[in-house]
Formats: sequence, structure tokens, C-alpha cells
Amino acid sequence: MPLGRLAAWLMIAPALILLIGVFLLPIGWFLIGSLAELGTLTEIWEEAQDVLFSGTVARVLLNTNGIGAVVTLLVLVIGYPVSYALSRAKGFAFTAILLCIVLPYFTSTIVRTYAWMVLLGRTGLINQILLGLGLVDAPLELMYNRTGVIIGMTYVLLPYMVLTLYAAMKAVDPRLLQAAEGMGASPATVFLKVFMPLTLHGVIAGVLITFILAIGFFITPALMGGPGDMMIAMLIEREVELTQNWASAAMMTIVLLAVTLILYGVYSRFADKEAPR
Amino acid sequence: MMGPVLRATLLKALVVLLCFGLVAPIVIVAIASFSGDGYLKFPPETLSIRWYERFLGDYRWRSAIVNSLFIGVLTSVFSTVIGFLAAYALMRGQFRFKAVIASLLLMPVIVPHIITAVAVYFLSARMGLVGVRPWISVAHTVVALPVVLVILQSALRTVDPALERAAMVCGCTRFGVFRRVVLPLALPGMVSAALFSFLTSFDELVISLFLAGIRAETLPVRIWNSLLLEVEPTIAAVSTLLKAVTTAALAVDAVIRKLRGGPVAALR
Repeated sequence: MPLGRLAAWLMIAPALILLIGVFLLPIGWFLIGSLAELGTLTEIWEEAQDVLFSGTVARVLLNTNGIGAVVTLLVLVIGYPVSYALSRAKGFAFTAILLCIVLPYFTSTIVRTYAWMVLLGRTGLINQILLGLGLVDAPLELMYNRTGVIIGMTYVLLPYMVLTLYAAMKAVDPRLLQAAEGMGASPATVFLKVFMPLTLHGVIAGVLITFILAIGFFITPALMGGPGDMMIAMLIEREVELTQNWASAAMMTIVLLAVTLILYGVYSRFADKEAPR
Repeated sequence: MMGPVLRATLLKALVVLLCFGLVAPIVIVAIASFSGDGYLKFPPETLSIRWYERFLGDYRWRSAIVNSLFIGVLTSVFSTVIGFLAAYALMRGQFRFKAVIASLLLMPVIVPHIITAVAVYFLSARMGLVGVRPWISVAHTVVALPVVLVILQSALRTVDPALERAAMVCGCTRFGVFRRVVLPLALPGMVSAALFSFLTSFDELVISLFLAGIRAETLPVRIWNSLLLEVEPTIAAVSTLLKAVTTAALAVDAVIRKLRGGPVAALR
């Protein structure tokens, strides 16, 4: 039943008012308002150069990209076989694998992070096992450093990658693989020449969405990282909560927001259900 | 060269191992939360509910439960109602900027929560809204709305417009069509939407962290504050409770979808 123009606008109005009033306007006001306090545009520009090219921010941006890249790679390497198995599984196996992915996916990030803190701590399960087997003499430092951040974030972000890859892999017609096999291609050739190219757009979409989420991460690196693992979202929080330096928080927010939106623009070209030509 | 059987077995073993790795941390904490030992040991040597007693016996944890439930239910109501209206308009309406509005409404899941949180905090601090629970629900509704829209748009896709036209032809008013045809048909989707928006709020930490103040600490905020000090065992009990709520919500959703035969994978 077609909906009149006025009726449609009235129905979408509450959502739009909420989005504008509690999302777009606050972000705009925060960015413009805190920068405007610095004075004229040239003064803002000078301050921005001081802040963004300072040692701390440069190091934090480097951390953010480095951690984001390593985590994305790990998530891809781990997620690929799981998605593949999920896309081929039927019946009980399918439900079992799906449950293993969906259960963590819908569990609160802080709960998932805490679970790894319990496992990785000095007296945690992993160290208990390693010490018990006599593999190490002293507990390993698995947390409050880069290792902890990477393990924790990989765990939290894995379901996003698996679900994205699954959508792409499910869309591959199994008859294409059978045809290639029937014409004498080895399993390796079928995988490399048929399956990989057909699911490549899913890999790109998965990598982008994981990286986008990783660079904005706050909870896991803040709890599991050490002093050298500060990421950009943590620095923004610190500028606001601790030093109340709204202007430099706004500058870092602009950088994070711009990178996120650009990558998301690229992502939405790949995330479509159909494979690109 | 590996034989096909060996290769399939290796893949299976790898997947089983990885799936185990995905679930194990959550299960281990749940089991360890019933430990009777002085610190979290796995497997626990003695079983007890002492961490649950300490959790539920503490006034501050109890009020965090109340805050989380209050904010979650309110968020669920807000976002399901607003989301249903918007999803219907996007589905059946023809108006300018429709595509732009549709993608704008999904932005809050893409923009890092820290940005939304800081921006809303900037506004709230000036208006004295920090620590006001309904206001936290409003902020949570912003990030829950995309989830609700995705679920409801796929639920509404299964409602045949011909049924609505037929009801109109038979003399039903537009509001009547809405109430007697669209709502009942979309009901399973609405329940899913309500459950998942509740979960979004119930599990949300970053926005709550800025907006909660000391008056409206939610469970995740309380976990955060105590984790900054030490990894104490009480939190194992708290996270087990949070997971139980999540699992219950997912189970209810699965049962409803099975009963009503609604959209099979509302989330995809």
C-alpha cells in the first residue's frame, strides 16, 4: 500500500529528530564549539599542527594503525576457515558452528574482555597450565602489554569477520566448484582460481569492517593494554575526562571520524550482496 | 599430496578447535564463577555461590542491576516504536532523500562509540543531563535504532502489500489497516527488535561510561570501574549473569521465530 508523502514524513520524523538531535548536532557542536574557542581559523590550524604532530599523538596513531592491522590480519586468518566450514555445513554442524560465533557476538564486549583477563593474568588459567606442565619457569606476561591487546581484540572482532565472509561464501554456487573439479582441476586450483576470486569482495569487506571497528576500539585496549599501547579512542577519552582539553579531543575526533567514514565509503561498495563484475 | 579425506579431517579438526576457542573463555568464566576458592581457579577445587552472594549482597551492584534494567527496557520501548514507524515509512513510502536518510540512520553503528559518547557528553554536561537515566536511554536508542531498523525492514518485507490494499478496499481505515493487518503480521519481528535493542542497551559501556555519573551506574560501568582496580572474582558472577540474560534473549528470539515461521535470519 503506497504511503502518502506527508504520512511517510510523519512516520520517519521521530527517528530523524533523534538522529539529528542526539547524534549529528552533538557531534557538530562538540567539534565546532571546542575548536571555535581557540580563536581564528589560522590559530586553530596552528594549534592543530601542534597537537596532531606532537610526539604523543603521532605515537598513538602509529599504535592504532599497527594494532588495527595486526588484529585484522589475525581475524582474517582465523575467520576464513571457520566461515568456509560454516558455509558448507548442514544440520547440526551448521547450528553448532553458528552458535559458537553468535554467542560471543551478542555477549557484551566488557564481559568478553574480562574472560580473557581471567585467562591471561599472571595467575590465570594459561599460566597455570604452562607452569603445571613445566613448560615455563615463571609466569608469562600475557596481559597489560601488546600481546594482551591483540589477543583480546582479535577475539572480540572475530564474529564480524566470520559473518561477513559467510555471506560471500554462501553466495558461491557449489556447481561452479564441481564443474571445475569435473574438468580436472586439482582442489588447490579450484580454491585459488574459482573460490577465492568469487569470495574476494567478501574478504575486502570483512577486512575493512574489522579495521574500521578496530581503530575505534576503546574498552579492550584500555583494560588489557600497557602504558605503551594507548590507542586513539583512549587518548580522546583521556583528553575529555582527565585534562578536559576539548579542543585537542575534537582534533583527534576529526581524524578518527574522517578515516572511519572514508573506509566505510569504500566498504559499502564491496559489501553489496552481488559480487562486483 | 594430501588425500581429500585427510584434508577434510584436518579442516574439521581446525574448525572444531577454533570454535572451542571462541566459546571456551565464556564457559570457563561461568564455571569459575562458582568457585569456592579465594581466587578464580579453573577447574575450581570447591564449589560455592559466595561470589554471587557478594555480588547480590552489595547495595551498589544491586542498584546497578536496577539501573541497567530500567535503561534497557526504556531503550527497547523507544527504539522499537520509533524504529517501527521509520521502517514502515522506508518500506512503503516514496519521498525525497529516502536513500540518504536510510543510510544516515545506520551511521551510529559505524561511527566509533567513543565519538558519539564524547559528543553527547559535551551536550549533556551543559544541560545537567549527566546521571539522568531516561536520557541515557535516549542516547542508547540512537545506537540501538540501526539494529532495530535492519530487523524490522526484513520483517516488513514479508508483509504482502496486497493484504493491506485488500483491507483498505474492504472499508478498513488506514489506521485500521495498520493496527489489524501490519502490526500482527510484523509482530515476531517487533519482538526480535525489542529483544535486541534491550541487549544493545544492556551491554553498552562506552556511552554509559560518560553519561552515568555516579547516580546511574549500569552493570557494564560498574564492571569497568572495578576492573580498573583489580580482576576480582565477583565480576565472574556478574558477567555470568549478563551472559545468562543474553542467552535467554537469544533463546526467546529463536523460539518465537520458530513458532511464527517469520524471517529465518532477521539479522542478516
